Amino acid sequence: MTELSASSGHLSDSAHADKSVYALRLGDDALIYAQRLAEWIASAPQLEEDVALGNIALDQLGQARSLLRYAGAVEGAGRDEDALAYFRDERDFLNAQIFELARGDFGFTIARMLVVSAYQWELYSRLQASTDETLAAVAAKAVKEVDYHRDHATQWTLRLGDGTDESHARMLAGLDLLWPYVPELFETDELVTTLATDGIAVDPAALEAPTLAYVDAVLTEATLTRPVTEVRHTGGRRGLHTEQMGFLLAEMQHLARSDPGARW
Amino acid sequence: MYGSDFTPPGDTSDDTPRIEATDLDAQFQAIIDSDGKIEPRDAMPEAYRKGLIRQIAQHAHSEIIGMQPEGNWISRAPSLCRKAILMAKVQDEAGHGLYLYAAAETLGADRADLLDLLHSGRQKYSSIFNYPTLTWADMGAIGWLVDGAAIVNQVPLCRCSYGPYARAMVRVCKEESFHQRQGFEILNTLSHGTTAQHAMAQDAVNRWWWPSLMMFGPPDDASPNSAQSMAWGIKRFSNDDLRQRFVDMTVPQAEALGLRLPDPGLRWNEERGHHDFSPIDFTELFEVIKGNGPCNKSRMEHRRGAHEEGAWVREAAAAYADKAAARAAEAPAA
Repeated sequence: MTELSASSGHLSDSAHADKSVYALRLGDDALIYAQRLAEWIASAPQLEEDVALGNIALDQLGQARSLLRYAGAVEGAGRDEDALAYFRDERDFLNAQIFELARGDFGFTIARMLVVSAYQWELYSRLQASTDETLAAVAAKAVKEVDYHRDHATQWTLRLGDGTDESHARMLAGLDLLWPYVPELFETDELVTTLATDGIAVDPAALEAPTLAYVDAVLTEATLTRPVTEVRHTGGRRGLHTEQMGFLLAEMQHLARSDPGARW
Repeated sequence: MYGSDFTPPGDTSDDTPRIEATDLDAQFQAIIDSDGKIEPRDAMPEAYRKGLIRQIAQHAHSEIIGMQPEGNWISRAPSLCRKAILMAKVQDEAGHGLYLYAAAETLGADRADLLDLLHSGRQKYSSIFNYPTLTWADMGAIGWLVDGAAIVNQVPLCRCSYGPYARAMVRVCKEESFHQRQGFEILNTLSHGTTAQHAMAQDAVNRWWWPSLMMFGPPDDASPNSAQSMAWGIKRFSNDDLRQRFVDMTVPQAEALGLRLPDPGLRWNEERGHHDFSPIDFTELFEVIKGNGPCNKSRMEHRRGAHEEGAWVREAAAAYADKAAARAAEAPAA
């Protein structure tokens, strides 16, 4: 870390590295989630949902691009959004595992969207106040988008939970599959607590209660209940992923890597 | 994109109703004669209504089937910018499908019924989507050639006699025009990129050129539905005229791209003021329309699969709506 951007020259080298990693974590969350959501385009239960899921995926991809660009700029090693998305290997991706889990059925998709959008809404609402101008600006734009995602997930949770016996059962199955991956969203470590103390980042631990309060309220209205499990899967923030991640990356990256140096 | 509103020779499955001109309502004919717009509440001959429903539905079906060949490359797009553009483009096509089905509904059709006709094979979609997208360059070739051909076909529809269809087409054409430019831009980047990229672009153009020319349908002397469509102000130009317009428009663009169009007979004819091109092998078009193209089966299987897999979701939404309505009815008046 030798090149510091002029606007934040007061930060130490290690603080810069930390900020880059933080942006990368959030950027990877959005990128991998966009990749999964986009799998629905041309496969959704109805045409309106092809459009809606496409919109949500596009929002996430837009957030990912802003965050990855910023991570690369702060890192100062000349990596742009594509270098970060296409030329890192699996162990260097820092997304939480919940985002990479296979697309699943529409029940799982909505269960994940409910939790993730509630989490992202709480996150970006607070990150708007970051002392880092770029993160604050990305968050200010993202919170408006995520607000819509959360509403979409809420409306569908009500319909699936309180729809038919089958849809109710599928929502429960989706929540069961999802739940061991939820706590990872709220994990904290030294990197993020330090950045949070400096007012740059949001401590994920602070997001757990409000996120789950929102989710619980929706589930209750939808006649569903939150699964009870002690199982926790984690490791994404340290580059440890599920087996599903390798296939996602292989598909996403193969063309860009087939002709390195080419411009597309 | 657009619907192939034509059938192979000898195909008797064509259900286009034909009626005598004497049945036409005078008021309807007056609007047609004055080049006005027929609106949903206007009287119209049953054959006009049914023919339009079929045409608009097949156009809508083409849009949603057309999501598949391009959706095929979203996960593999070689940059995040290209990924975002492609996602937006495929999403546009879903949007086109939505407002075209809505236009058909103004004629008394129901979207669910129209989808059943697609899924049971009784209504068709544009045969161009039965070709596979094998490389990234196909995203460029589809945008440039397929969307380009669609625009040539569809711009006249913005003036078609049925108001809701004409108005839907104004928006569709604006978006298709953007799609065509992005396709051109993909090919331009590839053509001037690495040797492998240039070869990829040329290969895609080689594969998509002739199918794109076939999008305009059979030659005029073998196009049985055209005359009535022309008389009713639905169709404005003949298949061959539109095809010629597309060829004339595309040749200089290919030169700008530095890519060759795969037709040794393609040359400027000073006397005609148009480009001559080699005869088209329409047996291939009719084979594809009959269901024997490379992807007919997989496109329909995917579409039916998505629809069937989504049935429980649609049922849940309907059940919830019923429950909500019942709860509202039971609630004491405020």
